[in-house]
Amino acid sequence: MIAVIAEQRGGVLNRASWEPIAAAQQLAGAQDVTVVIPGADVSALAAELAAAAVREVVELDDRALAVYTPDAYLQALQRLLGELSPSLVLLPHTYQTRDFAPALAARLGRTLITDVTHIRQDGGSVVCTRPVFQGKLSADVSPVGDGPHFVSLQIGAFRADAVARGAGPAPVRRIAAGIDASKIRQQPEAPFQEARQAVDLSQAERIVSVGRGIKAQEHLALVQQLAEALGAELAASRPICDAGWLPMSRQIGSSGQTVAPKLYVAVGISGAIQHLVGMKGARTIVAINKDAEAPIFEVADYGIAGDLFEIVPALVAALKSS
Amino acid sequence: MKIAVCIKQVPTREWQPRLNEAKTWIRDSEASFELNEPDAYALEEGLRLKEKHGGEVVVCAAGPARVSAVIREALARGADRAIHVDDEALGSADGATVGEALAAALSDEHVDLILTGLQSDDQGHAQTGVVLAERLGIPHATIIMEVQVADGRLRVKRELEGGWFQWIGMPLPALLTIQSGINQLRYATLKGIMAAKKKEIRRVAPASPVQSRQRIAALYVPEKSKQTQMIDGTPSDAARELVRRLRDDARALRQ
Repeated sequence: MIAVIAEQRGGVLNRASWEPIAAAQQLAGAQDVTVVIPGADVSALAAELAAAAVREVVELDDRALAVYTPDAYLQALQRLLGELSPSLVLLPHTYQTRDFAPALAARLGRTLITDVTHIRQDGGSVVCTRPVFQGKLSADVSPVGDGPHFVSLQIGAFRADAVARGAGPAPVRRIAAGIDASKIRQQPEAPFQEARQAVDLSQAERIVSVGRGIKAQEHLALVQQLAEALGAELAASRPICDAGWLPMSRQIGSSGQTVAPKLYVAVGISGAIQHLVGMKGARTIVAINKDAEAPIFEVADYGIAGDLFEIVPALVAALKSS
Repeated sequence: MKIAVCIKQVPTREWQPRLNEAKTWIRDSEASFELNEPDAYALEEGLRLKEKHGGEVVVCAAGPARVSAVIREALARGADRAIHVDDEALGSADGATVGEALAAALSDEHVDLILTGLQSDDQGHAQTGVVLAERLGIPHATIIMEVQVADGRLRVKRELEGGWFQWIGMPLPALLTIQSGINQLRYATLKGIMAAKKKEIRRVAPASPVQSRQRIAALYVPEKSKQTQMIDGTPSDAARELVRRLRDDARALRQ
């Protein structure tokens, strides 16, 4: 049986949770997948997840799971996984997974393979493909030692819309996590957004992203107009955020966010690998860049090699008249 | 405050990959190496905390002899001394295995705070710090953008996804993984480079034989998965054609 650990914050399901469910169904077949949702009174989310064709959904419940802390998650999941004894545990490779999953696997004496883009079964084990060296290379990796092995899946590498739906809802089982709250060492405060315009780029359907080619902060208005014409969020490559022209929260790439929107328009971005790893999962990629040899064109579906200061206004005009 | 900063040596950004004959690892001898960028921010944060609160900064690195280059660099930037877990296999081992080796080396140091980068620019497992904290039995927080120390406790700003942040309090000792961009990096001065030559680098062997938790079966250049359609013409012609294809072929525009 494959266990999938879904993720929620403030009672809202992280959409990325559907991706490991799709992967688990493809690996094991629907009847061999158990979805776990940790939280406090998250039966609504359990019901939402039960739409997937799976064996069961486990609502791992405790007041101490209302707000995420690694210590509470470790306690709860260590015990639950001992009871479920899955052969494989899949998670979305989110910031939250990065915070607790390495410790969970280590505590259980098991292997965690992170940021995986492809997974296949190989006898009793698994072979996982993951980017290494900033995406310059891919590695096929197998865990060493006994299962259950833990695998976190790169956001966007598996299609959430590929999840098989059941004829009726899957059974939901509520399990009390029985957490000793006195052992939780982290004291989290309420999450907050730094900038008023901050947005969850991973949930955006369309993104216009700007890089060094924009040359000066006052030119950002140009790409802002393109974003508005497309109904897109504005994002940037790292140098733009390091310069303070846009907030860090809008940075796409290995040290920023990983996104997989329907449409990604890269304006003046050469496509350093640190940027590509954050956006190459987008369904349709458009690149506008002066240099026709820039690596961004290797991942683009549509490319225009030319002066962005001419092309972007023309694109805004074409969108408005279409 | 006694602070340990764990750093890693990784191939440079400009390095062009070349594989060994078995195609299971890179040709180490032909690569050029540098300090892992997120670890540089962790080191800078450690140095700033020392300047504010006093104490010492101990850098700790695992890997073969070549790793001493980044250790020297960290000492030149202001770290006080270093521990080098000297082992060939730790250069290519997975993050959890490295975390365990570092835990054994640091267990007798009794530091108040351990800092490391959020992930490495080579294998990018993003596990070393969290596993190190787990093995030492100390609390941790990851992807940290600000560190405050008061009354023997930490208050740190953790980055969540989508532009959200969260302050988290925890007791010391603790471990934090640091996000790039948390501070402005300093570079080594000539004086620092000279002073580094006199600083202690303690070389230790791994506490137990290194056995990686992951086996790399194959390493290869990823296949290009896309056929790019280049659109030519004047800016306005190209723009109109792009909009047409996005609307009719890709169906990527708002309906």
